[in-house]
Amino acid sequence: MSDSALALEAIDKRFGEVQALRGASLTVRRGTLHAVLGENGAGKTTLMRIAFGLMPADAGSVRIDGTPVTLASGADAIRRGLGMVHQHFTLVPAMTAAENIALGGRGRLELRAVAERVHALGERTGLRVDPSARVASLGVGAQQRVEILKALYSNARVLILDEPTAVLTPPESEELFAWLRRFVAEGGTVVLVTHKLREALAVADDVTVLRRGECVLTAPAAHLDMIALVRAVTGDEATEPFSMPDIEARAGSPPPTIPRTRNRGPCVARLAGVSARDARGVERVREVTVDCFAGEIIGLAGVEGSGVHELLRLLAGRLAPSGGVATLPPRIGFIPEDRLRDAVIEEFTLTENVALRGAGRRRGRMPWPALASLTAGLMERHDVRAPSPATRAGALSGGNQQKFVVGRELDEHPTLVVAENPVRGLDIRATTHVLRELACSAEAGSAVVFYSADIDELLPLADRMLVVFAGRVREVPVERTAVANALVGAA
Amino acid sequence: MSIDAGEFLQASVRTATPLALAAYGELVVERSGVINLGLEGAMIAGAFGALVGAGAGGVGAGFAVAVLAGCAAAAVMALVVLWLRADAVIAGTAVTLLALGLTGTLYRAVYGAQGAALSVPTISPVAIPWLSHLPLLGRALFEQPVMTYVLYVIAGSLGWWLMRTHAGLALRATGERPVAAFAAGISPVRVRALALLFGGAMGGLAGGVLVLAQVGTFAEGMSAGRGFIAIAIVVLGRWSALGVAGAALLFGAASQLQYVFQSLGWPVPYQLFLALPYVLTLLVLAGTQRRAAAPAALGTALTEDAR
Amino acid sequence: MTTRPDATGSDIVRPDGVRPAAARPDARWVITAATGVVIILAVLGILMAGGYDTPRALAALWNGAFGSPYALFSATLVRATPLLFVGLAVGIAFRAGVLNIGAEGQLLAGAAAAVAVGLAVGAFPSLVALPLVLGAGALAGSAWAGIAGWLKLRFGVLEVISTLMLNFVAAYLVSWLVRGPLQEPTRVYPQTVELAPSVHLPALITGHRLHLGLLLAIGLAVATWWFLTHTAAGFRVRAVGAGIGAARSAGGINPSRTTALVFLASGALAGLGGASEATGVTFALYEGISPGYGYSAIAVALLARLHPLAIMLSALLFGALEAGAAAMQRDANVPSVLASVVEALIVLGVLAFDHTRARGRYT
Repeated sequence: MSDSALALEAIDKRFGEVQALRGASLTVRRGTLHAVLGENGAGKTTLMRIAFGLMPADAGSVRIDGTPVTLASGADAIRRGLGMVHQHFTLVPAMTAAENIALGGRGRLELRAVAERVHALGERTGLRVDPSARVASLGVGAQQRVEILKALYSNARVLILDEPTAVLTPPESEELFAWLRRFVAEGGTVVLVTHKLREALAVADDVTVLRRGECVLTAPAAHLDMIALVRAVTGDEATEPFSMPDIEARAGSPPPTIPRTRNRGPCVARLAGVSARDARGVERVREVTVDCFAGEIIGLAGVEGSGVHELLRLLAGRLAPSGGVATLPPRIGFIPEDRLRDAVIEEFTLTENVALRGAGRRRGRMPWPALASLTAGLMERHDVRAPSPATRAGALSGGNQQKFVVGRELDEHPTLVVAENPVRGLDIRATTHVLRELACSAEAGSAVVFYSADIDELLPLADRMLVVFAGRVREVPVERTAVANALVGAA
Repeated sequence: MSIDAGEFLQASVRTATPLALAAYGELVVERSGVINLGLEGAMIAGAFGALVGAGAGGVGAGFAVAVLAGCAAAAVMALVVLWLRADAVIAGTAVTLLALGLTGTLYRAVYGAQGAALSVPTISPVAIPWLSHLPLLGRALFEQPVMTYVLYVIAGSLGWWLMRTHAGLALRATGERPVAAFAAGISPVRVRALALLFGGAMGGLAGGVLVLAQVGTFAEGMSAGRGFIAIAIVVLGRWSALGVAGAALLFGAASQLQYVFQSLGWPVPYQLFLALPYVLTLLVLAGTQRRAAAPAALGTALTEDAR
Repeated sequence: MTTRPDATGSDIVRPDGVRPAAARPDARWVITAATGVVIILAVLGILMAGGYDTPRALAALWNGAFGSPYALFSATLVRATPLLFVGLAVGIAFRAGVLNIGAEGQLLAGAAAAVAVGLAVGAFPSLVALPLVLGAGALAGSAWAGIAGWLKLRFGVLEVISTLMLNFVAAYLVSWLVRGPLQEPTRVYPQTVELAPSVHLPALITGHRLHLGLLLAIGLAVATWWFLTHTAAGFRVRAVGAGIGAARSAGGINPSRTTALVFLASGALAGLGGASEATGVTFALYEGISPGYGYSAIAVALLARLHPLAIMLSALLFGALEAGAAAMQRDANVPSVLASVVEALIVLGVLAFDHTRARGRYT
């Protein structure tokens, strides 16, 4: 038996024109917890999906327990003792925990036997879950347990976890890490993919850092400190004002204040005792009162299902309240999270996408020449890189699309700006640009409501922090622990 | 004149048989997450295949070729939807149009333009001893052509297979959340392809039943929308094996109402009854609460991370 | 790389800088042309494999379509007229994401209404009677499509299925009308009496069957194009078809209202096609008045990539194909159903090579 449980060597992977992985290598020693670090887009998830057989590498090799293998599918990987807990849970909500755990087996399905084994595993590992519970009814922590049990049920000895703490509360994260260390102590191997540097240092034996698809650092955690990690993760680039606080914020240090003139003006939008239901008729927002003032940035936080998305749409005027009164200004800019679904039509040209704004109310002829020159101006002002306004939106890169959306929504200086995860998945440069636009918008007198799933993005910019929990809103100090606690409903 | 309830039921079951066969095929396909509008195409292809096969080698060959023809239609569908990633609804419509056109062309080419009705051997009802003597239901359920009994077997085993085997679980997972199936080591593409082939086979078999157990000949477009009615049956039956059986029977009965009214002497234009199954389909689709019972991923294409 | 969660919550990795197929407009027309070439080869193949006298068949095809004034003005263009109407109907519907497979039924409804009204207003002068009759046709087609529209908006019924079911119902309705209330007085033939001359669409060229309907259709094609390209309402139609989520959220467009409009407009166009056929060619109602125009229209619209002006050319092509196919059957014994096979192949071919993203959800 080799010393390395999982080894990837010189992995190349290309998606179209983009080289996602370039000669990336990773060696995970048996019986250790190995953290794989890097920013969004560094290639961590891609590397793990290749390790788990979910996609083939263009070049390079994978070795499990020292033996070279060619993994044709996830089933292959599972057969060889790998297990993966994905960033977005891969469970079937309508099925029970037992059915989900048994998924992928062969022959006859004996749910009773499955349930018995789940109980036994629960006893042995402490990961308890009700086999007959429908996954949709389980909380996030419990769902993650089901995912882990799924891997253990197939006798996985190497567990790969992709951003497991992204959706967990601090106490749940603690519990998970404690369990992982126990698993490792008993001879298992863990690969922990994360972008949270502090977390990794605290819990890992070894650390590998990926940047732009390459492995730039591999070392035992004991030999590393935060500064070395930050340098490895980000490289030596980016000295613009927003990037350092951004990075340090991701590293978990207390965020510095960002120089910005703050002048709070009159109230421009108000939700008074407003309730709202989601698309399925479930009440998500309960009698909430929120005031938005000109020139102020409200940071909004809330986990999935807390009602934060519905609240954002209420503020943006995209959702009608089922109770209470919403007083909103006529000019609102809305930057939704899923840009391709809600903001931009890929088939349409940029000019046509600009024409979208207000299309519901427009009458008569479409003034294309005027719209085209408007678009050209917009592209210039907001650094949207594309050949011309007649370019189809689908041809733009993600960062440019987002800059376009932000430009379109902010260009008319709307009274209220609602931004939902506006920098998710963007590279540093685009992120900086968008955050700066939001700050400028506030300086110019707009009221800005800014939601991010990553608290550390909000804290540098927010004047006030509102946290949504179970459909209700609380204002909390602009400070990490307070926000994190409010997110999970702790005092 | 009076209505013979037993005869009415027997006729209803007979009419329901091809509908149910096609519907069970569609049940499997939809449980994998695909709406197969090419089912009508599979059916007409099967009908034509039955004609060709029976002409060459008798009833057995007829059914065999019918199944193969249905599979061929489904294979085209699978290719276009799963490999070329075209929209399933448009692709299904295209396959149906293609099958209707091709079978028409081939029929006229091989059997002469405006062909005189070509008749093929048909199978007659076979009474199962003892069971067929049960009151009321005996003749209805147990004095039917052999294919109806094949239907009973398929219906029963399909229900068991869906719920009590890992393969059935894999199918259901693919229809609910393909990403989850993929992460568990299942190939949603393969599952959907196999499901489509099964659906096509069943559709072809249904077409074969039309020719070899009912009409005794082929006519262009003789499937007359039954493939789409089968889709409504799956909806009404809430995507369960038992439900499909009941729903198919309902539609079979509706088709027989014409004769009930005739024997009662009520003067209703016969076109109303011919239109009834289609109207009923609309009512079913409108009235049934689909969202709760339908497979969650029904009608969605497979994303990159689930292939 | 950018990531976005899709509706099922998983990340789809879209590397920056990758151009999806939708961004390559030139490629799509080339692909359509390539499809055409492949289909032509396939047809030649079928002809030769079937043992037909291929050169004679092809000659018959051409002559039947364009070889004589009769071919052009009494066959090709006459067949192209209803195809243009229904092609526009299907085109505008598909453009909005409404899969209207029911143009056939809507056409029948229009023809039936036109004849019914035409029989009643036969005494009036043309200037009064014709608009009434055509209007009735448009209204009837609209209403027929409206049923499917209502079912979709109110109950979420897939319009593909509902419009198709309504096709069958419309056919039975026509059957009942021509064997019942509207049947000609001797009660022998399943058809109506012939319409009075004042309710005939004037012929465009004496001695040929080409009638005013063609000009009406061409006018509507241009109007449809202008509507889609230059009006706010047309923009909304396109937006809803190309990206319903963004249309709703970013555009503040009410998809239900737009979709309803499209159902009605699409039905009206198809109904007009039926009225035009009834008052320009058949002058009566009977079973089988439409040899599947509504289904061919799908191929017509798809080949033209849903562009109203291109649909004119596409309709012409299909009209020529069907006229030629009839001649091919007469002169070279090739079954005329071959035309519908070609149409179906075109549909399949366009789909096969069209890599626009598959719709993620039906909304």
